[in-house]
Amino acid sequence: MTTATAHHDDHGHHGPAKGIMRWVLTTNHKDIGSMYLWFSFTMLFIGGAMALIIRSELFQPGMQLIEPEFFNQMTTMHGLIMVFGVVMPAFVGLANWMVPLMVGAPDMALPRMNNWSFWILPFAFGMLLLTLFTEAGAPNFGWTFYAPLSTTYAPSSVTFFIFGVHMMGISSIMGAINIVVTILNLRAPGMTLMKMPLFVWTWLITAYLLIAVMPVLAGVVTMMLMDIHFGTSFFDAAGGGDPVLFQHVFWFFGHPEVYIMILPAFGIVSQIIPTFARKPLFGYASMVYATSSIAFLSFIVWAHHMFTVGLPLETELFFMYATMLIAIPTGVKVFNWVSTMFRGSMTFETPMLFALAFVVLFTIGGFSGLMLAIAPADFQYHDTYFVVAHFHYVLVPGALFGIIAGVYYWLPKWTGNYYDEKLGKFHFWMSFIGVNVTFFPMHFIGLAGMPRRIPDYALQFADFNAIATVGAFIFGFSQLVLLYVVIKSIRGGEKATDEVWEGAEGLEWTIPSPAPYHTFAEPPHVK
Amino acid sequence: MATSSYYVPESSYFPIVASLGLIGMAAGAGGMMNHMSAGGVGYAFPHLVFLVGSLLMAFVLFNWFSKVIVESRAGMYSPQMDRSFRWGMSWFIFSEVMFFAAFFGALLYVRQWAGPWLDGQGDKASTHMLWPSFDYAWPMFNNPAGADLPGPNAVIDPWHIPLLNTVLLMSSSVTVTFAHHALRAMQRGRTIFWLGFTVVLGAIFVYFQIIEYIEAYTELGLTLDSGIYGSTFFMLTGFHGAHVTIGAFILFIMWIRICKGHFTPDQHFGFEAAAWYWHFVDMVWVGLFFFVYIL
Repeated sequence: MTTATAHHDDHGHHGPAKGIMRWVLTTNHKDIGSMYLWFSFTMLFIGGAMALIIRSELFQPGMQLIEPEFFNQMTTMHGLIMVFGVVMPAFVGLANWMVPLMVGAPDMALPRMNNWSFWILPFAFGMLLLTLFTEAGAPNFGWTFYAPLSTTYAPSSVTFFIFGVHMMGISSIMGAINIVVTILNLRAPGMTLMKMPLFVWTWLITAYLLIAVMPVLAGVVTMMLMDIHFGTSFFDAAGGGDPVLFQHVFWFFGHPEVYIMILPAFGIVSQIIPTFARKPLFGYASMVYATSSIAFLSFIVWAHHMFTVGLPLETELFFMYATMLIAIPTGVKVFNWVSTMFRGSMTFETPMLFALAFVVLFTIGGFSGLMLAIAPADFQYHDTYFVVAHFHYVLVPGALFGIIAGVYYWLPKWTGNYYDEKLGKFHFWMSFIGVNVTFFPMHFIGLAGMPRRIPDYALQFADFNAIATVGAFIFGFSQLVLLYVVIKSIRGGEKATDEVWEGAEGLEWTIPSPAPYHTFAEPPHVK
Repeated sequence: MATSSYYVPESSYFPIVASLGLIGMAAGAGGMMNHMSAGGVGYAFPHLVFLVGSLLMAFVLFNWFSKVIVESRAGMYSPQMDRSFRWGMSWFIFSEVMFFAAFFGALLYVRQWAGPWLDGQGDKASTHMLWPSFDYAWPMFNNPAGADLPGPNAVIDPWHIPLLNTVLLMSSSVTVTFAHHALRAMQRGRTIFWLGFTVVLGAIFVYFQIIEYIEAYTELGLTLDSGIYGSTFFMLTGFHGAHVTIGAFILFIMWIRICKGHFTPDQHFGFEAAAWYWHFVDMVWVGLFFFVYIL
């Protein structure tokens, strides 16, 4: 406990304050990390409930439960919440908890700003959710909010949506700056860049992407705001603008955003697989270079979301080939994970199960992405359920499984107690079955031509839609098991050792479990 | 690399009050705009929300920065902390660069692709069928919709006010550097003079921008709703002008701090951050002068 007690004598506070104000006023990276994670978990159930409303309506053809207008609001809000309210805050929460522990820093570099980054989010999402109860209804133009649907034809709630996006952007940029500065400036002596754990590396690159593209998102929603309220013509061809301009600027943000939602998951999986294979990560340096390459390429592939919008032929070709290039660094990563496991002494605790499922299922999502990258083929796939299947495979068993794997992996370090392994495995298998039953059939109905974001469909799609809905309910309700497991682990259970996992390496496993309120006031020396 | 003296502040009420201020400003501004576009006149509830949010934000920013200044002068910030601030400010300016990049990108796209395509150029000639009488030219005096959406009669001549403003801002980047050299040489009088001079140059710049806007609106028919030329012109120059105003205000605060004797030749990151910001604003202007006014 030496690291925990001997410090902070210059301003003398040792443990957490009491009561609710501990959380409201905190500057502690562990408190803020926990708040991010709980916020994300809450939003997961809200966004998940919306998904189940969507799937219920699509259980059979015809309109039965909700109005088409409300269906549009559900698809929009589901996407916005899952992207900005679940995946991004969860990764920032994990970074808050683990990056200072992994690099041997006393806290995040800018602790007060850290808390501001978090507290913006509940207000921003509160405002966004409240629009559901207004007369005009919530935003209904899809999470990609293409103009002119989101300008000329938008409900008045679009104005609050725009300001909500501004707030999320401010939060993300401040959070990203904090993470970059912590990594660049607060590493313990001896922790050179090429000794950093991969979770730290992937987050460094992710934070750079965030700082680069969140302002572009702010720019595009500002153009919308001006078009809606102040008569500008950015997205109006009658005044010399172009609705396609919206798509270019949006996807210049949007594609790096896609990698923002997956790179930290790559990092988590790269921590977990070596631990449970009891072998060092295969190809550490190539992992770093592959992640950097993916980040670089993410800036020059955005128009692959727009193949059918009427781009010049050369543009289609450039973006098609640039997109396919991404398969190379991504392949490097997948092969490195597999090679890490090769002839390892493998055990299959819950984090490892989620990490393995990540490798397999994310690769399926990657392959369907490669299919979508082929411009002539995309003319068939565009805006069908094949696209829905693709990005849900990379986001649910990709990003979300990565997050869940990380939660199981680090939970004993956070709470000091092992989680219930039986329940964890049960949660994994229910999630694994649920996610595949939900999203695998969508490949087939998509290839057969069922369009996305439509509340009704032709009869021939009925069977697979019914199956998908059953899977969605299995997946959705099995997340309650995770909630139970987390609460149970907080309340008690088998005491975790400092190392927690037999094969785990890294600074975070040298401190006690649960991690003391303050760690590494005196920086450790890394050899 | 870490040292043992990294300062971790105690719990603080700034973040939560700043969040309340921000949601007040955001929800208030949204409500105000919806009120305006729905044809509402006068003040309504959202105006009050916006006002309260802005006051909260001003309050918290003043106190937050005061606290940081007090902590800094009490010697609580190590050289490592100083590096955190430097990294933080650098990445913040980078994010600002990307914000302007979105608008420069929009300008490039409209001039290089969208405009000519509306005129039937390129291999998508059918786009000309929307408005067959439209001929693309830049500046776009005639919009595709023709008389339904009249364009500007004329645009700002780059060789009058904009050229003068270029000289003003470029000079101000030089004078702020003079101030920095004087600060490092411990010549307080000269620092105060050159920094004050910089703020005055910034203020004159903003004054001329306002004159230019009045001319655009009253004489040239160049407005926000005069088509894409006015849209890009006012958004780019407007956001730049807002940044000049903020930058000059920050420099003015630094001027007050120097008058109070806050900085030493070794420790004056507040001043340096303000100067970095000012150089960034200056560089954006050079981009504007070429791509918005001249070309």
